[in-house]
Amino acid sequence: MPHTEVLLSGENITKIFGDFKANDNVNFSISKGEIHALLGENGAGKSTFVKIIYGLLKPDSGNVIWKNEIIEINGPKHARELGIGMVFQHFSLFEALTVLENISLALPEKNQSDDLEKRIKEISNEYGLQIDPRSRVFNLSVGEQQRVEIIRCLLQNPELLIMDEPTSVLTPQEISKLFEVLEKLSKSGCSILFITHKLEEVRSLTSRATILRRGKNVSTVETKDHTAKSFSQMMVGHEINTNKYKKNKIENENVLKINNLSRPAQNQFSVELKDINLSVRGGEILGIAGIAGNGQGELMEALTGEYLSNEADKILFNGFDISNFKPNDRRKLGISFIPEERIGHATVSSFNLSENFYLTDYINDNSSNYGIINNSFNYENASNIVNEYDVRVPHNNPLASSLSGGNLQKFIVGREISRKPKLLVASQPTWGVDVGAALEIRSQIIKIAEQGAIVIIISQDLDEIFLLSDLISVIYNGNLSKQFNKEKVNLEKIGLLMGGSS
Amino acid sequence: MGVVEVFGMITLSPRSNISFSLTLLTPIIAIFFTLVMALIIFSFLGYDPLKSLYYFFIAPVSRPDQVAALAVKACPLILIASGLVFCYRSNIWNIGAEGQLVFGAIFSGWLALNFLESNSFLLLPCMMLVAILGGMFWALIPAILKIRFNTNEILVSLMLTYVASLFIDFLVRGPWRDPMSFGFPLTPTYSDAALIDRVYIPFVGYIGQLHYGVFVALIVSVILWFVLMKMLPGFKIRVTGESPSAAIFAGFNPSYVTVMVMCISGGTAGLAGMIEVSANIGQLQPNISFGYGFTAIIVAFLARLNPLAAIPAGLIVALAELGGDSVQISMGMPKVVTGVFKGLLLLSLLAGETFNRYHIKFDFKKGNK
Amino acid sequence: MLELIIAVILSSIPIMLAATGELVVERSGVLNLGVEGMMLMGAVIASITVITTGSLFLAVIFGALSGLLTSIVFGFFALVLATNQVATGLALTIFGTGLSGLIGAEYVGKAIQRLEALNIPILSNIPYLGPILFSHNILVYFSFIIVFIVGWFLLKTKSGLVLRAVGNNHDSAHALGYSVVFIRFCSVMFGGLMAGLGGAFLPLVLTPHWAEGMTAGKGWIALALVVFASWRPLRIPIGALLFSGITVMQLVGQARGWAMPSQFLSMLPYLATIAVLVIISRNKEFSIINAPASLGKLFIAGK
Repeated sequence: MPHTEVLLSGENITKIFGDFKANDNVNFSISKGEIHALLGENGAGKSTFVKIIYGLLKPDSGNVIWKNEIIEINGPKHARELGIGMVFQHFSLFEALTVLENISLALPEKNQSDDLEKRIKEISNEYGLQIDPRSRVFNLSVGEQQRVEIIRCLLQNPELLIMDEPTSVLTPQEISKLFEVLEKLSKSGCSILFITHKLEEVRSLTSRATILRRGKNVSTVETKDHTAKSFSQMMVGHEINTNKYKKNKIENENVLKINNLSRPAQNQFSVELKDINLSVRGGEILGIAGIAGNGQGELMEALTGEYLSNEADKILFNGFDISNFKPNDRRKLGISFIPEERIGHATVSSFNLSENFYLTDYINDNSSNYGIINNSFNYENASNIVNEYDVRVPHNNPLASSLSGGNLQKFIVGREISRKPKLLVASQPTWGVDVGAALEIRSQIIKIAEQGAIVIIISQDLDEIFLLSDLISVIYNGNLSKQFNKEKVNLEKIGLLMGGSS
Repeated sequence: MGVVEVFGMITLSPRSNISFSLTLLTPIIAIFFTLVMALIIFSFLGYDPLKSLYYFFIAPVSRPDQVAALAVKACPLILIASGLVFCYRSNIWNIGAEGQLVFGAIFSGWLALNFLESNSFLLLPCMMLVAILGGMFWALIPAILKIRFNTNEILVSLMLTYVASLFIDFLVRGPWRDPMSFGFPLTPTYSDAALIDRVYIPFVGYIGQLHYGVFVALIVSVILWFVLMKMLPGFKIRVTGESPSAAIFAGFNPSYVTVMVMCISGGTAGLAGMIEVSANIGQLQPNISFGYGFTAIIVAFLARLNPLAAIPAGLIVALAELGGDSVQISMGMPKVVTGVFKGLLLLSLLAGETFNRYHIKFDFKKGNK
Repeated sequence: MLELIIAVILSSIPIMLAATGELVVERSGVLNLGVEGMMLMGAVIASITVITTGSLFLAVIFGALSGLLTSIVFGFFALVLATNQVATGLALTIFGTGLSGLIGAEYVGKAIQRLEALNIPILSNIPYLGPILFSHNILVYFSFIIVFIVGWFLLKTKSGLVLRAVGNNHDSAHALGYSVVFIRFCSVMFGGLMAGLGGAFLPLVLTPHWAEGMTAGKGWIALALVVFASWRPLRIPIGALLFSGITVMQLVGQARGWAMPSQFLSMLPYLATIAVLVIISRNKEFSIINAPASLGKLFIAGK
């Protein structure tokens, strides 16, 4: 793709929130028809930068230059008028309304609905984005909802399309389909700004990439000149060991068996679990791969006890039938959980770390006497976790909300692992976490497996699954595949299972 | 980092750390603001502003026995507010404390009226127990409906308030009416064993109308503070209010929390009802509460949802209540003027809460979003 | 019997007006518990206006406007300052009750001229139907008409779609560039206007004088009515007539000395509301589709 006219550039863009510099003199440019990746760990400033381009935020200083003119983008409506469209990671849809109504809401005033319906069908045919305009959004699958978002953008003939982590909810097959769509778009002159943290995608789709780190633009490079390894080095700033983790294999008498566990769907958004079977021993790490929205959350809730089926003999742990044990009862048996959501689920953001420690430790007799909370015990333990797990804190015993994502995750991992669990269940353990912290978390996970614990990891990151697991299975549409030995299976096979074929 | 942008001009961004001194300052500023606004309203309506403030806030407490009246007025407010704190902290919006208070009076009244001749020192404690049960009973209705059917507890508890006051009206005018009351809607008077005495200090005597019920309120407030902040049940309640999913993750049962907080607040309201009757009235009449259940909501907010702070908060709001009586007598203002103060106070507290939690930036740059 | 039907229709109007306004407010995602206070402000200002100026027209206008002004205060706190909506609404009811009592102190009991019934040629003279349908004052017709207008607005116009969208998911609406606060503020103001109008109806038509607290809980009944109608405008008049019917029946029963103590009859509307609340809440899918999902939730933009 010829990088001739520069379509959009940002000059010294700076944005500050309170004390935090989200963007620090970022310089950036993208040309007509170019597919450009925006890379960086969480907290690097990608979202902020992109929100500035889309008019959701105003820069504190610096200029946005569109087609050689300095402009101020007053809001998403203005951005769309200029020709900038955006598909967010979290969709902005209205579940109770129809696809047609949803799309009409995203378009400026004068739009008759007959015409609109026709145009929607045209675009959906042209790019292979099948959807029924009359269906209500709450009835659509996640992939279908993304199509609605994309069609919404395309209807406004954007010259620049921004996509924020679009592939995290797609199967490998859907991802390549999406890439076809994007390449078609770029050939027709539309520029694409593609935010991702998946280094392989950068290499396969884009021509140039900008790497942000801690709010600054570290560099802008031609994709073809770099490897995944060099990209991640730029993102983190030091050499990364990409070798596979070495783990001492031991066998231990801990055993978890799940027998034909089923769970009906609780609402339109949830997935029905069908006959889940698994079996893991101490010392083994089972990685459950899958695209988001295939029942991981539901499976996690069944494993933690946040969902109870009232049936017996479904979940057996070390001889105990824990099928109907609540989370705290499972913890008493030595099971620990790391849920997907850090804030508001694994921790309470407005509580300090010692109270957040107590949150999962209150079953321990030492943390309270006759129902009275033992503050010093909790404080001490929280401090130990902060020290041992390298949690960066602004001051002693801070509120959970003042920690960055990665550090909070390290605290949560530390909290659960420090109880020396016999079984650890972790969902997305390094999602949204910077590379350095991810490394530390993964090595902690390996360590407890080496100490004889059973580990189950539910992750959408295939690289992580392959890095850590001894056994791999795939969850698709609420079904769990059989467990494969990692050495005997390859990425394509897993990808196919994730997409529903075998 | 969540941001509220309003008309592009006012931006609220959350503070990462809420400072303690700011927390303390907020109620003080709120009170100050209320006074200023009230001054303005009074002058606008033609009342002498300074005189009004004097009669409203100073006159009622210028004599020792009047200070006692303050404590007496504050007693039900402190009690009910301490309980309401539990509800509000867990996002259960119980606004039916008024009805729960009435049922406490009804249940304890039933006991008292069945033992009119009794001398037993056990009667009073039994009445207290039964009053707590009565309040709990009335509060359990919205609680259970919420748990079973997810009905909105705001509307249910509110509707039940009206039902409760109609019910006590029925009882007092009907089956429980004192045949010797010459047609007035009153029950027979309680026996002395069912009354709460005034406080008697040797060598000093009585202090106005100060009664032992006030100490019950203070003790309950302290106990409830301890339960909320230092004990596991209180922890469960606080977690449930802040993060319902975290509460489930921890293994706390949300239905259990709902029932627990409604029982606590219903129980305290019921107890307050019984104390009001046994200390101040001595029998049942159609109106035993003067909006204490609603006023206590304001006290709970003034106390920043802390049971211990309900004590000073209750005293302050009680002052406003006494002030209403005072200006009615001395300046001919209608008693509802207290509503003006209470409403303004709550509004300024709520605004103060916002200033506490967020940085507010005004941005009038020309032509910007 | 004829008088009864007319009485039922007339006493349903205040709650019909207030509920229609509150329906729009809630559809945009805001819970306004200050309706009672706004109605009282409408009632007192309308009374004072008609007493001091003699103009019923001005009384209606100013009554509605005072509801509007009160709702602007609510909107400022709950939407701009993002305060707790439940507490803010309560504060305004308490404040409105107090302020109206204060302002109206000198005017208590002073007689007010009534709003006249319209006399439509021919139609008003039809026996039986004439008085019931065609001989009401203009506000009665207005309140039925506004229900239809609101229904049309919400379902058939783009602005109504936007308002419903805000009520369904305010984060999505914000992400699309709609000003959630502005849209909600507009709906809150409409709600205040209607509440003020509903309040004004009381002294101008029903009890022709001002009395402290004369709404006697009608604002709360209006709130219940919105839920009773499942946030669907066309159900509001039905519910309003039903509730008002129960109240009238209670008064009749009291006057005719029916066996049941009058207090229990008085309880019926409140108990009926609870029963309806339970019935609606039990049907989850129905509530998902009709209940505004963001009702009462604090709006904080961004991630």
